[in-house]
Amino acid sequence: MSTDTDDQVLSYPLPAPSALEPPPEWVQLRERCPVAHVRLASGDSAMMLTRYADIRQVLSDPRFTRDLSADGAARTTANEGGSAFENAEAAALVSGERHQSWRRLVMKWFTAKQILAMQQRMETMVNSLVDDMVAKGAPADLLASVGFPFPVWVICDLLGIPDIDRDKLAYWSNTMLSMTQYTQQEIDAAQLEFRQYMTAHITSKRDNPGPDLISELLTVVDEGQRLTEQELIFTAQGILVAGHETTSNMIGKMMAMLLADRARWEQLLQDPALVRTAVEEALRYDANSGFGLPRFLTHDAEIAGHSVPRGTTLVCSLSAANRDERAFERADAMDLTRTPNPHLAFGAGPHSCVGQTLARTELQTVLTLLLRRLPTLALAVPPDALPRRTGLLVGGLEQVLVRW
Amino acid sequence: MTPRPTSAPGQKASSPMRILVDLDKCCGAGSCVLAAPRVFDQRDDGIVLLLDESPPEDLHKAVREAAAVCPASAITLEERD
Ligand code: HEM
Ligand code: SF4
Repeated sequence: MSTDTDDQVLSYPLPAPSALEPPPEWVQLRERCPVAHVRLASGDSAMMLTRYADIRQVLSDPRFTRDLSADGAARTTANEGGSAFENAEAAALVSGERHQSWRRLVMKWFTAKQILAMQQRMETMVNSLVDDMVAKGAPADLLASVGFPFPVWVICDLLGIPDIDRDKLAYWSNTMLSMTQYTQQEIDAAQLEFRQYMTAHITSKRDNPGPDLISELLTVVDEGQRLTEQELIFTAQGILVAGHETTSNMIGKMMAMLLADRARWEQLLQDPALVRTAVEEALRYDANSGFGLPRFLTHDAEIAGHSVPRGTTLVCSLSAANRDERAFERADAMDLTRTPNPHLAFGAGPHSCVGQTLARTELQTVLTLLLRRLPTLALAVPPDALPRRTGLLVGGLEQVLVRW
Repeated sequence: MTPRPTSAPGQKASSPMRILVDLDKCCGAGSCVLAAPRVFDQRDDGIVLLLDESPPEDLHKAVREAAAVCPASAITLEERD
């Protein structure tokens, strides 16, 4: 077995040929080099995993920590999902011992029941965004018109933030996640303004509680331990950062994938009951999910028959795992009826996306309403000319121009 | 270990199924409830609540899906051939 992974050092992330296509190296890496030595943008090295089973093993094992502030951990700029808790205090809340009790507090707001209760309101939101888009006329940017605002509106609803402040939240969220689009000064200012806003919001919820996550967290006592106000702000910020850009991007990519091949859209028009499995398949098939999930090894481990020493930083490429032919039949084909579809787009194990039922419902709502209202929807540019987003930490498209 | 998608539904015509859930592993994502709402629910705190530990035949496919998609691998099935 050729286990020497040092002879080829790839730069990570690997470049992809276009927004919807995977880097060609994945197939070979999964086949011959499942634990591959890569160099990150920071210059630090890490080991990249590409196989489904290995990544699932790593993500499910709490000994592989998400805390990359440890000595010797590679410097990543990965900020995807829950890793948005980037400063040390915020990180302490969502990794290590505090994580579980924090997660239990937050989790009850993301149960299937809670989310289904929001569904009607979500439909109203999407309908009003589609109304505006249609009123302005084609061609329109589906991402700017629906994909970008909708998940922020949902998060505002969840946090009990009034409708008139939605745009402010959207701006702060976009700025806080950006790497190159905004100056450091703008990023710091956005952070400060967001924290001030949340502090005031928390005070007002303390006086006038409502049916929202903030009011609930203010009152709930978990094993005698409340969240401090500081922690509450981190939680709100984490949810905004973890739940906005990810979902916006996925709406854009899902629609682009489904419209890129007319047969897919037609199949859904004929059988709208496929929306649920189609959303899952879009999540699996997304070749451009971003950096992947970094993990730090605090003990020696064995992965795919290789011994990997303590102190190694791993990068789990979720998109590569989701195309693993060992785990999915015809992994390279987009099959809107695929069931079951145990893809890893939301991670796995104790940190797996707490908002996944919400994200799924958002994606299903958007797809259902677009099918119903704009059956003639089509991309206004060829799929391989879809502009990619740069300067943000999550992979996505810059624009999805459509007509109908 | 890894829940590999099974591709042979209907194979186990009239075999009983028993569901085991590991409450300590459950991370409350609710995927099981979406896949098989007649068999799985969530308690108020988000942890899985098993409604029927040996569901009838017509629900087996949905239950297998729930087990496969559970991000915490907290659902195991005992199926006799
Ligand atoms: C399609 C959209 C989404 C994708 C692809 C996604 C993906 C992910 C992934 C991969 C993780 C795991 C991070 C890790 O293990 O290091 C994660 C965690 C997380 N996500 Fe999502 N997410 C999405 C939507 C949402 C939404 C809508 C929310 C909430 C409003 C949310 C809130 C969170 C939180 C709070 C965590 C941290 C959980 C923990 O550490 O226990 N996500 N997400
Ligand atoms: S899918 Fe798994 S982790 Fe999620 S609620 Fe059900 S049992 Fe728990």
